[in-house]
Amino acid sequence: MNADITVTAEAPRPATLGRPVVRPQEPAVVAQTAPKVVIKDVRFYYKKYEALKGINLTLHDKRVTAFIGPSGCGKSTLLRVLNRIYELYPGQRATGEVLVDGRNILDAGQDLNLLRAKIGMVFQKPTPFPMSIYDNVAFGIRLYERLSPSELDERVEQALRRAALWDEVKDKLRQSGLSLSGGQQQRLCIARAIAVKPEILLLDEPASALDPISTQRVEELIAELKSDYCIAIVTHNMQQAARSSDFTAFMYLGELVEYDETETIFTHPREKRTEDYITGRFG
Amino acid sequence: MRAAGLYARRRAGDHVYLALSMAATVAGLLVLFLILWTLVANGLAALSTGFFTEMTPAPGSTGGLANAIYGSVVMTVVATLVGTPVGVLTGTYLAEFGAGSRIAPVVRFVNDILLSAPSIIIGLFVYELMVVPMGNFSAWAGAAALAIIVVPVVVRTTEDMLRLVPGGLREAAIALGTPQWKVIVSVIYRAAIQGMLTGVMLAVARIAGETAPLLFTALNNQFWSANMNAPMANLPVVIFQFALSPYADWQKLAWGGALLITVTILLLNILARFLVSWSNRSP
Repeated sequence: MNADITVTAEAPRPATLGRPVVRPQEPAVVAQTAPKVVIKDVRFYYKKYEALKGINLTLHDKRVTAFIGPSGCGKSTLLRVLNRIYELYPGQRATGEVLVDGRNILDAGQDLNLLRAKIGMVFQKPTPFPMSIYDNVAFGIRLYERLSPSELDERVEQALRRAALWDEVKDKLRQSGLSLSGGQQQRLCIARAIAVKPEILLLDEPASALDPISTQRVEELIAELKSDYCIAIVTHNMQQAARSSDFTAFMYLGELVEYDETETIFTHPREKRTEDYITGRFG
Repeated sequence: MRAAGLYARRRAGDHVYLALSMAATVAGLLVLFLILWTLVANGLAALSTGFFTEMTPAPGSTGGLANAIYGSVVMTVVATLVGTPVGVLTGTYLAEFGAGSRIAPVVRFVNDILLSAPSIIIGLFVYELMVVPMGNFSAWAGAAALAIIVVPVVVRTTEDMLRLVPGGLREAAIALGTPQWKVIVSVIYRAAIQGMLTGVMLAVARIAGETAPLLFTALNNQFWSANMNAPMANLPVVIFQFALSPYADWQKLAWGGALLITVTILLLNILARFLVSWSNRSP
């Protein structure tokens, strides 16, 4: 269809077609916010297997960056490097630099607990803790702050309101978090993540297990949270990436193929592979 | 032709196999029912108020098993209180901290050996360790021997139950910046508590009927004794002694004691089953 015409109308492709073209990955029109996370030549290994082959890109503060690409391309792996959660598993390691506010978080001396308190993460499957709704949200706050009961109540309410869950749970805060529906559980996890006031929010396919209505609420939530956080979201849903992100990174086989403003990626991708992927010709 | 013959042969084989399995099942269950029936038929006659309130009698006079019941309960409780923390902590190490370490597989292997060690060996071990240096049999030694039996059971079930907790829950807690000990105590234990309790319950059921280790340690006592430094009566050894005696009233009491132990263990197992199904219900 359209895509074919575009391809034939394009200038002849360089001989390196099919191999990654490493270019300065800075989008042409940079949004006017400060860079929050600078990723430099990050490589990741599961034992000997190289899952990320030198990623360079910058995440901006108060902006949403979407990571798209077929399964196994390394999007989630990259996210898991950013809070070093991969360290739970022996045999996984990352090299390169990830600068958060100018400090390399891959350095050996980092306090991982403090780092992770600053970088929130929400997973694909909802993971409410086996405790009350209230305690789920208060869990992270209690770790790092000594608050009076009324202050804590306020923080919990605030987080649940921001996660658009308050009205549904305000009368049953003492009930188990496991009693909620899947969509509610996921919003509970988002509330739990933002309750500790992180600076960066990592969302690993947060809506993939949810029904369309819950998905919509989560997306609205992302749009709302953007004003305060630097957000990175991995998604398999192209429309979701197009709708809710400012920047989009397309990854393939452990490489960053293209990174640009979302509108550019979805209207004038530079790479043929990006175009093929977003038009649904593979992946 | 050939195919039909083959089919007929397979069908015949099927019938033979089914018949053998059913015969084996019937044989096994029959023995079990005979045991239970004999126990109930002979044991019920011994049960009376005096059975629970009076001391073990001299031959020819009336009495009960009060001192033996007390001794069994006390030694079982002490053994469980001592063995459970050791077992839970070791199981926690194996499931949560030991991944990738070289000690963990060794500990697991040794634990499995201990799990299947003949209990008479454990009795002899404690005899050498405690009874000989102390100069007399004692309830402490009995409790120690039982505790050694509790440990491997609890280690095994704790590790298994902790491994059943989804990794996502662990990651979610870690991602909030939670220190590992806190993740385990506040999140993982909560998720696994029913299974862990089941393990403890099974361990109690196991030691409630152990005779061999007590023969070498707590021995027996004709009289009421709450002194942990002295020999203490207990159901298994009393049953052993009374059942082998030529006196009809002693034999009757032995039947009653056997029924009591069996019913207690049965109830503990049912309770454990109930806990497992209860824990499986909540996701």
